[in-house]
Amino acid sequence: MGLLDQKFENSNIVITSMDNLLNWARLSSLWGMQFGLACCAIEMMATGASHYDLDRFGTFFRGTPRQSDVMIVAGTVTLKMASRIKVLYDQMSEPRYVISMGSCSNCGGPYWEHGYHVLKGVDRIIPVDVYVPGCPPRPEALMEGLLKLQEKIRTESLAKKKSA
Amino acid sequence: MTAQEILESLKARFGDAVLDAKVDGLPDPWVKIAPAKLREVCLYLRDDPGMLFDVLMCLSGMDYRGGKLGVVYHCDSTVKHHRIVLKTEVIDADPHVSSVESVWKTANWHEREAFDMYGVVFDGHPDLRRILMPDDWQGFPLRKDYQVPEFYNGMKVPY
Repeated sequence: MGLLDQKFENSNIVITSMDNLLNWARLSSLWGMQFGLACCAIEMMATGASHYDLDRFGTFFRGTPRQSDVMIVAGTVTLKMASRIKVLYDQMSEPRYVISMGSCSNCGGPYWEHGYHVLKGVDRIIPVDVYVPGCPPRPEALMEGLLKLQEKIRTESLAKKKSA
Repeated sequence: MTAQEILESLKARFGDAVLDAKVDGLPDPWVKIAPAKLREVCLYLRDDPGMLFDVLMCLSGMDYRGGKLGVVYHCDSTVKHHRIVLKTEVIDADPHVSSVESVWKTANWHEREAFDMYGVVFDGHPDLRRILMPDDWQGFPLRKDYQVPEFYNGMKVPY
């Protein structure tokens, strides 16, 4: 699969940089925070279920922010929910990531003009790493978003500061 | 019982409380009731052996513009297989309607929703709070003259 596995073939010694090792470990077990808010959640559940099997990327969903690495905001963010999302995001331990799934959480979606109750994009309250477009996005699109996030993590360095 | 017969018996029993009605040529014939008498009328509709309206199918808030608010009740009888729509109208300066929560339990959340969206106050409701919007929300969003606030708790609301 990855570079590390190939290096591990004939001996018990692996030589790599610390950043490489840590990033590989982190990106291979991105635990998701359950955040289904609307119809996108149905697609998110389908992605997690056996047919699309999110488990093979090391992602499965946790019921608590304290055990989660990535929050997948799947659905319409109402103003009532927005403050709760902020609290839950703050409860996640760093490094933490956010995937905004679907048009609603990207920019308000169909509620952009007359939705008095809808936050027009979850990035107004928390920083977003990957936006997945679609209404709702198919499971393939969500997986693509997750792979994009893995790419992002692969280039990070814990020693250097996270580029904003 | 036909809508005409229901209307006649309501008129005979409640007289002045029946303000208006249209029962011909409509899929949903309606009777307009004075807001203060509403609970009494509903209780009669539920309990009278000839009526037996045991289901409140829907309760909706209305904004008729010009400072007039309303509530519409769709009632159904699963026993007698007849239906009637009740309407009531209030002014937004004094939007008081008697609650029918004690008649049909269904009305509990429906009345809270009508209160939440239109600001209609249901007298006699056991727990009249907002049901959909946050508790600290200002204004009633489905009124025709409603203006979306610029900010809510520091979050920008318009696009």
